[in-house]
Amino acid sequence: MRLSSKQSTLLVLAALMIISPFFFPSNYYYRVGSLVFVNAIAVVGIVILTGYAGQISLGHAGFVGIGGYACALLPVHLGVPPALAVVLGAVLSGAVAYGVGRPILRLKGYYLAVASLGFGVLVAMVLANEGWLTGGPDGIKVPDPGLRALLESLGITLTNPQFWYAFCGLVLFVGAWLALNLHDSPTGRALRALHGSEVAARTAGVDVAKAKLNAFVISAVYASVAGSLLALQNRLITPDVAGFMHSIELVTMAVLGGAGSVLGGIFGAALLTLLPQVLTVLQDYEHVVLGLVMMLVMIFLPAGLIPSARRLLRGRGE
Amino acid sequence: MKRIVTGVVALALMATAASADIKIGAIVSETGPASSLGDPEARTIRMMVEELNTRGGIKGEKLKLVLYDDSGDPSKAKTFATRLVEDDSVVAMVGGTTTGTSLAILAVAEESKVPFISLAGAIEIIDPVKPYVFKTPHTDRMACLKIFEDMKSRGLVKIGLISGTDGFGASMRAQCLTVAKSSGIEIVADETYGPKDADMTPQLTNIRNKPGIQAILNSGFGQGPATITRNYAQLGITLPLYQSHGVASNAFIELSGAKNAEGVRLPGTALLVGELLDPKDPQKAVVLAYKASFEKAAGGAPVSTFGGYAHDAMRILTGAIAKAPSAKPAAIRDAIEATTGLVGTTGTYNYSKTDHLGLDLSAFRILEINNGGWKLVQ
Repeated sequence: MRLSSKQSTLLVLAALMIISPFFFPSNYYYRVGSLVFVNAIAVVGIVILTGYAGQISLGHAGFVGIGGYACALLPVHLGVPPALAVVLGAVLSGAVAYGVGRPILRLKGYYLAVASLGFGVLVAMVLANEGWLTGGPDGIKVPDPGLRALLESLGITLTNPQFWYAFCGLVLFVGAWLALNLHDSPTGRALRALHGSEVAARTAGVDVAKAKLNAFVISAVYASVAGSLLALQNRLITPDVAGFMHSIELVTMAVLGGAGSVLGGIFGAALLTLLPQVLTVLQDYEHVVLGLVMMLVMIFLPAGLIPSARRLLRGRGE
Repeated sequence: MKRIVTGVVALALMATAASADIKIGAIVSETGPASSLGDPEARTIRMMVEELNTRGGIKGEKLKLVLYDDSGDPSKAKTFATRLVEDDSVVAMVGGTTTGTSLAILAVAEESKVPFISLAGAIEIIDPVKPYVFKTPHTDRMACLKIFEDMKSRGLVKIGLISGTDGFGASMRAQCLTVAKSSGIEIVADETYGPKDADMTPQLTNIRNKPGIQAILNSGFGQGPATITRNYAQLGITLPLYQSHGVASNAFIELSGAKNAEGVRLPGTALLVGELLDPKDPQKAVVLAYKASFEKAAGGAPVSTFGGYAHDAMRILTGAIAKAPSAKPAAIRDAIEATTGLVGTTGTYNYSKTDHLGLDLSAFRILEINNGGWKLVQ
């Protein structure tokens, strides 16, 4: 039986997630692994928005911030359990994305990039300046969701990094599965059609504004969930997560790995999360190396690492 | 991806193979928004480890330093702390330039029972006391108390507060507001500014126009306080101006202009005024020795309070390692907690079971800017 591209992608992903821990000499590797997964979740959202629908957001860290702070503020101020706070944060992010995106996405061109940029900066400023609510620039502590204790009572004992590796891995797997399903659904086809040509898509009966809005809302939810997971495992969240540089990092990860493919996005997230860890040996040159990698990829593999590699493997025949 | 994983594993193996020495870890914000704090800290830590090793190490064993740069990001700081503990197997950690990174590191330190000496200001780091967490800088609350003490001695009780919205400014503002009442100070104006703002005249004008105001206090760090000092002179405000301990450096006088900064008071450590100290002052020798070796190692860069925090943390840590019966984290922790009478650049440290800061208000000296230099008040 020949595997579809969707099945093979999920298989590769699951295999990597399960096999990697056998090579982990210490908890530190689980910690880095779980950070890779968290970033990858947000990047899969960017893949849907940028890779499928061709829209660029420069403010996605704002949604990461909303998701993260939901896990800190709702339990602290309103007594909501942290697990429910993840869901409420995602709903709020979706609603905000709807509110921001609805007027903007009727326009063509770079309006979304500019509007989302402003939105992200605004979120970061509010989080830093409203100290009475958010704890200000030093951040705020996040309560323990108690999931690890729950597993322990069931007889499964994991260290903290191991637990978050497994949990974030699971969420990423589900996220990737949904994104791959979306790719071949009518909604996904509409998104890809408008990416190719908005005029042609409209002629074919696609409600362009609505389709773009869908993509924006979905990707905001992904970013929000990633932010929640980051906050819960760090047990602390600071306004930097909503900062402009973080937005840029997320877009860079997607573009580097290949914005059009889910596996590419995940690979890009893995690469840009791992590189700084590997490069601590030559930390003074970290940014130089990162910049060089980006430039080389953009010049020689403009579709991103994974799609270009796939094309190479298949040969010229296709 | 696999190649990267194998590479990481190989590097880790190489690192463990070479470690017969005592291994300590450091995480500082050498780059990023807090680099003006983290850079002198990193230089000081590297310099002190080198000095110690050329003198023969501790009890004949060399000290090995693993230093990571978290660029001010708490999430990175947490990852590096995990790496130091799990992968590099260090026996103790120093660092946490900002309160956010310190809070991230201390969670790992507590969980893995490795002693950690923080270089950040906030009181939350050591209050409530956590067994494995210590710190060297005085808290923002102590800075506020010291300033208020000086104000009251000059009969200034109705003051205006202007604060930066960055971590340093926001934290100090909150602490000053908390302790103002009990210090007998009334805060009649409370303005804020963004850390990168280029002009604060509107806020200062607002404060000046409050009836009965007697002095102005700026809780801020970096460019902001220099801008305020310049604006202050431009507006011709004659009320006494107090700055925070965050700007206690010669760079501040240069940035604001010696003429504009004349008469500004701030709480600082002995480090800035080493030469002016009384020869009998126990801190004098320590401060001058650190200043000389830092300026030599840093190629003429001036010492800063923040490098001083790192100096004190390293002195406490290496002293504790020398005294501890074994180089195990738990033994080192006990030895750190037993540190008393250790004279650092910031003050004299007396740790105890209930006090992991170990400083009192005498650690601060009120300094006044006088003819482009510093003058000790009192």
